[in-house]
Amino acid sequence: MAPQQRKPHVCRNPDLIRGVGKYSRSKMYHKRGLWAIKAKNGGAFPKHEKQAVAAAPAEKPPKFYPADDVKKPLVNKRKARPTKLRASITPGTVLIILAGRFKGKRVVFLKQLTSGLLLVTGPFKINGVPLRRVNQSYVIATSTKVDISGVNVEKFDDKYFGKKVEKKKKKGEGEFFEAEKEEKNTLPQDKKDDQKSVDAALIQSIEAVPDLKSYLGARFSLKAGMKPHELVF
Amino acid sequence: MPFKRYVEIGRVALVNYGKDYGKLVVIVDVIDQNRALVDAPDMVRGQMNFKRLTLTDIKIDIKRVPNKKTLVAALEAADVKNKWESSSWGRKLIVQKKRASLNDFDRFKIMLAKIKKAGVVRQELSKLKKETTC
Repeated sequence: MAPQQRKPHVCRNPDLIRGVGKYSRSKMYHKRGLWAIKAKNGGAFPKHEKQAVAAAPAEKPPKFYPADDVKKPLVNKRKARPTKLRASITPGTVLIILAGRFKGKRVVFLKQLTSGLLLVTGPFKINGVPLRRVNQSYVIATSTKVDISGVNVEKFDDKYFGKKVEKKKKKGEGEFFEAEKEEKNTLPQDKKDDQKSVDAALIQSIEAVPDLKSYLGARFSLKAGMKPHELVF
Repeated sequence: MPFKRYVEIGRVALVNYGKDYGKLVVIVDVIDQNRALVDAPDMVRGQMNFKRLTLTDIKIDIKRVPNKKTLVAALEAADVKNKWESSSWGRKLIVQKKRASLNDFDRFKIMLAKIKKAGVVRQELSKLKKETTC
């Protein structure tokens, strides 16, 4: 019997009103079948022996008693949960980024990463926004959706976007600084290839919709007379 | 300047305040100096203050407080819906609703269309200007 097939158990003693059950104590005794269990066990309710408690190792008295009472921290049973994604944001939604270097840019949403941040891409060829993480709070979700079925975003996670850990070098000025600057500016080729592969399928589905390409290439701005609380995005 | 739109039984009015804002209703009876009994196919018949109503030009032929069935039949016979939607007032309201429901992408497409149209108009204008050379 698979556990999933069990019917939910109905209460044996339904409430007539709160605090008053339908059946009396003697009736409930009969309903629970305790008489049958006792009869099966020869007149007494079956007991099992108490499990022997393992003797706790002898505790030494502490060496140090603090002068004042040490306060215990309050118990905190909260668990960290992944950020709830707004219902309006689904894979393929066009988002408007509101802050940062790319503010005003319209961008395609790919997936939500485990940290809660949204993985997003321009596509790069259309508006210069690379594969990037963006916080949900700094984004307006429009109701325009792009077909994202041809895109594979499995390999991207928070570690992909993390800062590269550099090997510790011995402290030395002059040459050290110059060498560092050269390394930092170039983007590794595999990241460029990832961008291209993600964008290839996306750009095809974008070009299928008229005007969508120029829409994604344009920035959003509030003009005179636009009231954000009345606008439908 | 005499009045042209009268409060009478059968007058179609637009609700301009309250829960039924924007609906077309028919005045079915007059209760007192300030209130009318008002009915529409998609609402329960009820009273409304005249201040909440804006009278339209449309009037239908009904007796005082008709059945819902009779009312709906009279509305169909007078073709109120089409008359309203083809009137300039009705058309304006439709355009307002459409504009309010536009998507960000729709607004972008409209901007492109406006620019295109303006370009075409400007071309024709410049052609005409060349011809007259004044």
